[in-house]
Amino acid sequence: MNAQAMLTAYKTIVLREIRRFTRIWPQTLLPPAVTMTLYFIIFGNLIGSRIGDMGGFDYMAFIVPGLIMMAVITSSYANVVSSFFSMKWQRSVEELLVSPVPNWIILAGYVTGGMARGLGIGLIVTVLSLAFTQLQIHNLPMVVVTVFLTSALFAVGGFINALLATKFDDVSIVPTFVLTPLTYLGGVFYSIDLLPDFWQGVSMVNPILYMVNGFRFGILGVSDVNPFVSLGMILVFIAVFSFIALKLLARGKGIRH
Amino acid sequence: MTNALEIEGLTKTYASGFEALKGIDLHVAQGDFFALLGPNGAGKSTTLGIVCSLVTKSAGKLRVFGYDIDTHLSDAKLHLGVVPQEFNFNQFEKVFDIVTIQAGYYGIPLKKAAVSAEKYLKKLGLWDKRNTPARMLSGGMKRRLMIARALVHEPKLLILDEPTAGVDIELRRSMWSFLEEMNRQGTTIILTTHYLEEAEALCRNIAIIDHGRIIRNTSKRELLQQLSLETFLLDAETVLDKAPKLDGFASRLGDEGVLEIDVEKGQSLNEVFIQLQRQGIKVVSMRTKANRLEELFIRMVEHNAAESELDTEATP
Repeated sequence: MNAQAMLTAYKTIVLREIRRFTRIWPQTLLPPAVTMTLYFIIFGNLIGSRIGDMGGFDYMAFIVPGLIMMAVITSSYANVVSSFFSMKWQRSVEELLVSPVPNWIILAGYVTGGMARGLGIGLIVTVLSLAFTQLQIHNLPMVVVTVFLTSALFAVGGFINALLATKFDDVSIVPTFVLTPLTYLGGVFYSIDLLPDFWQGVSMVNPILYMVNGFRFGILGVSDVNPFVSLGMILVFIAVFSFIALKLLARGKGIRH
Repeated sequence: MTNALEIEGLTKTYASGFEALKGIDLHVAQGDFFALLGPNGAGKSTTLGIVCSLVTKSAGKLRVFGYDIDTHLSDAKLHLGVVPQEFNFNQFEKVFDIVTIQAGYYGIPLKKAAVSAEKYLKKLGLWDKRNTPARMLSGGMKRRLMIARALVHEPKLLILDEPTAGVDIELRRSMWSFLEEMNRQGTTIILTTHYLEEAEALCRNIAIIDHGRIIRNTSKRELLQQLSLETFLLDAETVLDKAPKLDGFASRLGDEGVLEIDVEKGQSLNEVFIQLQRQGIKVVSMRTKANRLEELFIRMVEHNAAESELDTEATP
């Protein structure tokens, strides 16, 4: 397959993924918009007004970057895991397997599709947040790079989950029991300065803390961790996850007999 | 000329320990219409699954138009079109999208894919349904959709795993005509089928697989020549109330008064007509009973099963 053909195959996968999640927008785009609006109203406006400042900013401004990141993470992950697993379940993944598309193009196509949904949701949540607070971007390149890389990382994570999943339950286990707790404990709603030393140390092994803080640094200019360490961590995780995903694809894990 | 498909020493042992293929050798020439026959669980779908990369082989060599799947998998896949046994498309996507997306996976740009999709959807009578979600199609339409999808990138080798399963007779005949036309135009076709009448009508060469081994691989003509007995169906001008007694031939009345006569190898059909004429029976039409291959198939598989049993008993 030459480069032009590979590009066509890549575009085909990406466009099909975008068409899929926009066709079912009440299931994919609307729920996070509603949930995040509730977060803004309840945590930001109602409770936040009584909390006061956090990290030198009013509470609403502090949680907005974390909430945007949370929406990006969950949507990027959910898109890939649900789309690829349902392809496995319907056996339509065989359409890809019989074709000459290289594995890395399959992975890149699904990851881009997941990023399209994750970043689209991020944009929707960002626009919604403007109704509640003013966003002043401290470092635009940091915002863009962090959100893109985080979205890519969780899209790859979703792909691995889909390959390993054998039933629908397996698709929801990681988001419910791993992603959600890590996100809530990753400094979305608080600065880890508030925690005792021991729990601050524990928080430092949570990869989502680095992503939320890297993104918060880009918007507010404050972070619990060095933002460049955050970027480095994300890149390392992307490399490791991609390697695992490609290994599993090459072995045909969950897709070939 | 390079063979369309070459398989050497192919084995497959599943994780459960089940040995589905025990060293298969198979060559399919370019332009052939080839049938791979065998009872359920014989290894047909495993063999085709390995050719299509849906099943990983345990050992052996496999080349598609000379391209080794171990070293040139992408090139091998470009030449292949696959129609699986079970529906394997996204039920929520539209017919046209399913076909053009498949073309995209082969690197065909949308404009060109749309032309090819239109050509095959029209040929297969699905053009009117192009904007219908696949789940709304009838079983026969879904089968035709899978054929259109398999052909959209113009493969040189088309593999069909029981393409007419569950399809009514009229549609089956029209699919046969379509496949014959594709074959005439140069596409090599390999099919598995449980309808042996289908293999007899379409294929030039036949391999029979049983218990993971090829037990016969020859031309249809040679296979049928092994038959020592052929049954002819004769329609008499007047309805017969009982089968006439024919010297040297077994005869009986079949459905709707059709006269069935068994003619053994070496016997003359003329003799049948002479005897019938003597008895005042006028024959207005005649045909062979289309189950010749079925008879042979059953005999071979039963024979192989008996041999396997003997082998097993002989093993200490």
